[in-house]
Amino acid sequence: MAKKTYIKAITEGIDIALAEDPKTLVFGEDVGKNGGVFRATNGLQDKYGEDRVFSTPLAESGILGMSIGLAVTGWRPVAEIQFSGFMFEALDSIVSQMSRMRFQYEGRRTAPITIRTPYGGGTHTAELHGDDFENFLIGVPGLRVVAPSSAYDAKGLIISAIESNDPVVFLENLRLYRSVKGEVPDDKYTVPLDKAKVVQEGTDVTIVAYGGEVSEAQKAADKLAKDNISAEIIDLRSLYPIDTDTIFESLKKTHRVVIVQEAQKMAGAGAQVASAISEGAIMYLDAPIMRVAAPNSVYPFPQGENVWLPGAADIEEAVREAVNY
Amino acid sequence: MANAKAVDFAKIKAEEGAPYAKPVQILDNDGNVVNKDLMANFTDDQLVDLMKKMVWERALHEQTMSFSQQGRLGFYAPTWGEEASEMGTVSAFKKQDFMFPAYRDLPQLIQHGATVAQMYLWSKGHIKGNLFDARALRPQIIIGAQMVEMAGAALGIKKNGEEDTVAFAYTGEGGSSQGDTYEGMNFAGAYQAPAVFIIQNNGWAISYPRDHQTHAQTIAQKGVAAGIPAVQVDGMDVLACYQVAKEAREFAAAGNGPVLIETLTYRFGAHSSAGDDPSRYRTEEEEKPWFDKDPLIRLRKYLTNKGLWSEDEEAKYADECKADFKEQMKEADAVEPEKVTDMLKRTFEVPTPDIKEEIKKYEAKESK
Repeated sequence: MAKKTYIKAITEGIDIALAEDPKTLVFGEDVGKNGGVFRATNGLQDKYGEDRVFSTPLAESGILGMSIGLAVTGWRPVAEIQFSGFMFEALDSIVSQMSRMRFQYEGRRTAPITIRTPYGGGTHTAELHGDDFENFLIGVPGLRVVAPSSAYDAKGLIISAIESNDPVVFLENLRLYRSVKGEVPDDKYTVPLDKAKVVQEGTDVTIVAYGGEVSEAQKAADKLAKDNISAEIIDLRSLYPIDTDTIFESLKKTHRVVIVQEAQKMAGAGAQVASAISEGAIMYLDAPIMRVAAPNSVYPFPQGENVWLPGAADIEEAVREAVNY
Repeated sequence: MANAKAVDFAKIKAEEGAPYAKPVQILDNDGNVVNKDLMANFTDDQLVDLMKKMVWERALHEQTMSFSQQGRLGFYAPTWGEEASEMGTVSAFKKQDFMFPAYRDLPQLIQHGATVAQMYLWSKGHIKGNLFDARALRPQIIIGAQMVEMAGAALGIKKNGEEDTVAFAYTGEGGSSQGDTYEGMNFAGAYQAPAVFIIQNNGWAISYPRDHQTHAQTIAQKGVAAGIPAVQVDGMDVLACYQVAKEAREFAAAGNGPVLIETLTYRFGAHSSAGDDPSRYRTEEEEKPWFDKDPLIRLRKYLTNKGLWSEDEEAKYADECKADFKEQMKEADAVEPEKVTDMLKRTFEVPTPDIKEEIKKYEAKESK
């Protein structure tokens, strides 16, 4: 099987969706001729024409508002928000409109819309280009949020997201676009929108992570293995809903948990995992729930980014604390 | 030292709205025909039909206010005074057109295919109020959102190759200040989509007057920045509203791109039935000239002079309408309240695990 980059896997997934359903439309700022500023839609306009793959005026609320209008006239929009920091321009369309569509019309009208957007730090980019804004999105009723960490999952999840008859925010980790490569089948396959994945099995501690932190967890686990600490790594993949079954099963075995996220600590996916564990799995634990997350500050200037972002060393430290408790 | 000027900003500022400040009018306040050519477009039956629609809308307003005062409804935004603007424009559209109303546009939504009972259910807060057969979305609360959505629907209609079909949206002059109104116009313009934007300038956004809302001399001119032909129309003249909306629709449906209409109308009553008191922010002196422009007066005078209408006929028709509204209210009242369990079930097509748990919990709670 060919090794492909994370971004190539996304392009392939969108390509398959366009080929399978003539009602699928792909659009956003610069996604047409230019193939997107990161080239995630590279070559798709040539292949499917300007009617189905096109660039839009520079206005995020317009892009996602338009998606709703296209959805109710029979189309299946795959909209790109160029950077997740620009998504707040369109928050009304997401929170007040599309996520309520099925609820408001008893399913007679729906919003089968995929919002693709790059997010996440570590690339020393401009302000509001690298922030982790998923904390804001995972509490929106009617909205699914996924964040793949591997090329394989990226392709399978983008296809599932586009096929979903409910709106899905598909978070593409900026740092992983070209740094991650993996085996990706050429043909169509899907990854479920609501299942976490056990990336590595272990017996002493469970590390729950997603997106860019999964590889940091892996680095930490490799180091800990040298000291005979065996870590199980769970990649959430879906931030809403959270697959608590997979996490609880793991805790029955390891009795310790470290929850990792790149986003600020307040009220995010990690907090939700911790809350779910305290409600439903606290009896399996031999140590307090540990969390590794960024501080509740504004996303730092690029010069401070490497220190500010939680990394393998922070995860390793938290695991040792849990194991030695 | 020489001081030649490149630009006369004062002149530009003084004249910026002039090309748009020419409201189309067919009948004046007293029912005199001011544009004979346009008047000739209307048959007697059409004139009576438009009169009846306005009488229907005023009766609907009166009956609905009465239900509201009895505590039988939820949110209701009075339409008193806006009958010409609402009935004139909506009458120009066809059933296949996709309508995007805001909360003051219930009468148009009913004309487009919803029932009065459904609108009462919408006001009471029931899912059945949204399940009308009309090609329309529910009345929008965020009054710029429908403008971007409508632009998308217009583009969808164009991509579908639907013939003789447009999308159209309503907002007010307050809604025209929303960024989404511009984004919607700009997208529809950029894609040359069959879209008709209708801004009903009724003078007031709750307590905030039109002249404070924007320094632009007209709301219509906001279309020009998006490359959209725009027009002002006397929003108290139902014939002018119909004529302009019909031409706008034909222009857009023929593939010429979007159009913007500003209707000059007036909110005779309060913003909503929930405690707004216009005497806190406007005077009777300001209201008086607008009451003289009452859209029913001028068409009534014209039709009565021609022997096509009478006050007795009008009173009888209004009573018939109100009797129907009372029946429709009974129908709305008879609908069982919805179960929370059912609401939970339609959050997602495939319920998420936490929603599944909640469904179980609420099923137990609601079976008690």
